[in-house]
Amino acid sequence: MRALLRRLWFYLIAAYAAVTLNFFIPRMVPGSALQNFLAKMNTASLTPAQLQALQAQYGGGHQGLAAQYVTYLGNLFQGDLGVSTSLSAPVSTVLANDLPWTIGLVGSATVIAFLVGTLIGVLAGWRRSGLLDALLPAATFFQAVPYFILASLLMLSFGFYGGAFPTGGAYDTGRYATVTPGWNWPFIANVIDHGALPAATVALASVAGWILGMRNMMITTMDEDYVLVAAAKGLPRHKVVAVAARNALLPSISNFALSISLVVTGSIVTEIVFNYAGVGREIFNAAQAADYPVMQGILLVVTFTVLGANLLADLVYVALDPRARKVA
Amino acid sequence: MSPVLRPRLPRRAGGGRSRLLRTPKVAVGSLILLFFVLLALFGPMVAPHSTDWRASRLDNVPHPPSGRFWLGTDVQQHDLFSQLLAGGRDTLLIAFVAGIIATVLSVLVGVSAGYLGGRADEVLSILTNIFLALPGLLILMVVMKMMPDGDTGNPLLIGAVIALSAWAWGARVLRAQTLALRNQDYVESARVVGEGRVRIILFEILPNLLPILASSFIFTVIYGIGAYASLSWLGLINPTNASWGTMLNTAQQFSATTSGTWWWYGPPALCVAFVGIALALLNFGIDEIVNPRMRSTRRGPGGRRGPRFQLGLTPVVRAEEGIRS
Repeated sequence: MRALLRRLWFYLIAAYAAVTLNFFIPRMVPGSALQNFLAKMNTASLTPAQLQALQAQYGGGHQGLAAQYVTYLGNLFQGDLGVSTSLSAPVSTVLANDLPWTIGLVGSATVIAFLVGTLIGVLAGWRRSGLLDALLPAATFFQAVPYFILASLLMLSFGFYGGAFPTGGAYDTGRYATVTPGWNWPFIANVIDHGALPAATVALASVAGWILGMRNMMITTMDEDYVLVAAAKGLPRHKVVAVAARNALLPSISNFALSISLVVTGSIVTEIVFNYAGVGREIFNAAQAADYPVMQGILLVVTFTVLGANLLADLVYVALDPRARKVA
Repeated sequence: MSPVLRPRLPRRAGGGRSRLLRTPKVAVGSLILLFFVLLALFGPMVAPHSTDWRASRLDNVPHPPSGRFWLGTDVQQHDLFSQLLAGGRDTLLIAFVAGIIATVLSVLVGVSAGYLGGRADEVLSILTNIFLALPGLLILMVVMKMMPDGDTGNPLLIGAVIALSAWAWGARVLRAQTLALRNQDYVESARVVGEGRVRIILFEILPNLLPILASSFIFTVIYGIGAYASLSWLGLINPTNASWGTMLNTAQQFSATTSGTWWWYGPPALCVAFVGIALALLNFGIDEIVNPRMRSTRRGPGGRRGPRFQLGLTPVVRAEEGIRS
């Protein structure tokens, strides 16, 4: 329990750091962020109220830095992330529509990558020098190539030329769309159809990490005495492997914390390629329109999402490993 | 750093270098990498045209590869071969700058956290974990967008910003390894003999961290290449800096991918991919050399089948006699 409280303390500090960083980024860039913003802005008209809000957010008004910071924190506590300059809607409303798509995409891709990667890793570690080991460099290929290139590759081969999957969007829209958004089967099937390639991109890119981590942990674990004892007792082969695999799994999960932010940013880039209805498309559009409030809001929300995923991984770890519960 | 450390590196018959190159993954990886480094150094010089040279201002149909234009032209009749040759320099430069800065940062934070322990460790670890959770690429997107256009073309500045979002991974790994080394007998004895803290870190601990340093450096360079290519593909880098990413950005703007002009988007994407693969192969090879147990021996020397690995036993292969990890 104490270990858990310590972790919670860390997440509190991390969240505060992210919030503060978000406040200082526009104030640290060379030149005045507000001036850059006004120079790049597409919309010609700006109401006095909007200008005031922007000044509060980016400095340049007559408030001091400390006062700006306090105002910023106060607004944040009320869930106020500012108003989008290009969509004229509160940023929080915009993000509430986008976030479920991104979380769904990252979540399903991660679950797939975890299951497939761990399984292959166990097999590769068990049958070392087998056929699977020869495939390892191929798996790292997907890891070494930037997400947007991998995504474009899948989009072109399976979507554009192959025609097996749609090339963009999260579901059919437009005049000829036959589905209506909601909890009905045709719509869900449509969403899965559209999500297959983006999810495959994220899963392919992250699966190598799981395979390699699991394989190397398996190799180390197979040398442990208790595995030898299990084998000496005459347990069938697959049970011996299961004993080793269960113990090899723990470090694999704690390694996940190292990669989660890379996976999330990667899936955001993937969304841009597929024009998927998530946070990625939103930040791309916001960047095009120089919509600073939306960009910053997304930055903050995504950081919180990553922290949340880390917390989840921590909880799973504590649940699986009794030692983690004891160590203070 | 290296001239001082050299006498301490283990030397043996055959030398370390040839052993490194004997691993096929490392050999292939370094060959590809060498090719691209040469391309980055000399590509812009041997390119037949400048990157903004246009063959014609009237023609607006992209032409496929021909004898005159080896990789064809884009809509605006830029010579794509010249652009490809010139595009590697910034990408590699930025990635290496990012790699160096990030590695230095990760040593400073990771090794001090691991060696000092206590309060310092706690603070530095929290800092590392926070940076680990920050979505680097998104921060870069926001920062690049907010910077004045002139500054987004400065390679050193971009490299430094990328490094800031990439050092935490290495720091965490280095800290763990330093923790393990700190209580080794030889470090203890150095302490008893009265060596100073700095000396112990520099001469006793750091040489043993070199493999991890190398692999975290390579990891960061891969990340840097991906980050820079992504940023310029998104159009957040000053487009006058010709790079593979900006080529892909223009291709995207003119929807080259959906109009079948493969010679426009294919080559730059392949270049980015190959640099990444080369580095990944290097990393892979280093991992196996550092930790021979992780090695996969599909074929033993001379083409015969390698030994079968059994439970709890790691067979010693004769060809690996010279290897100490």
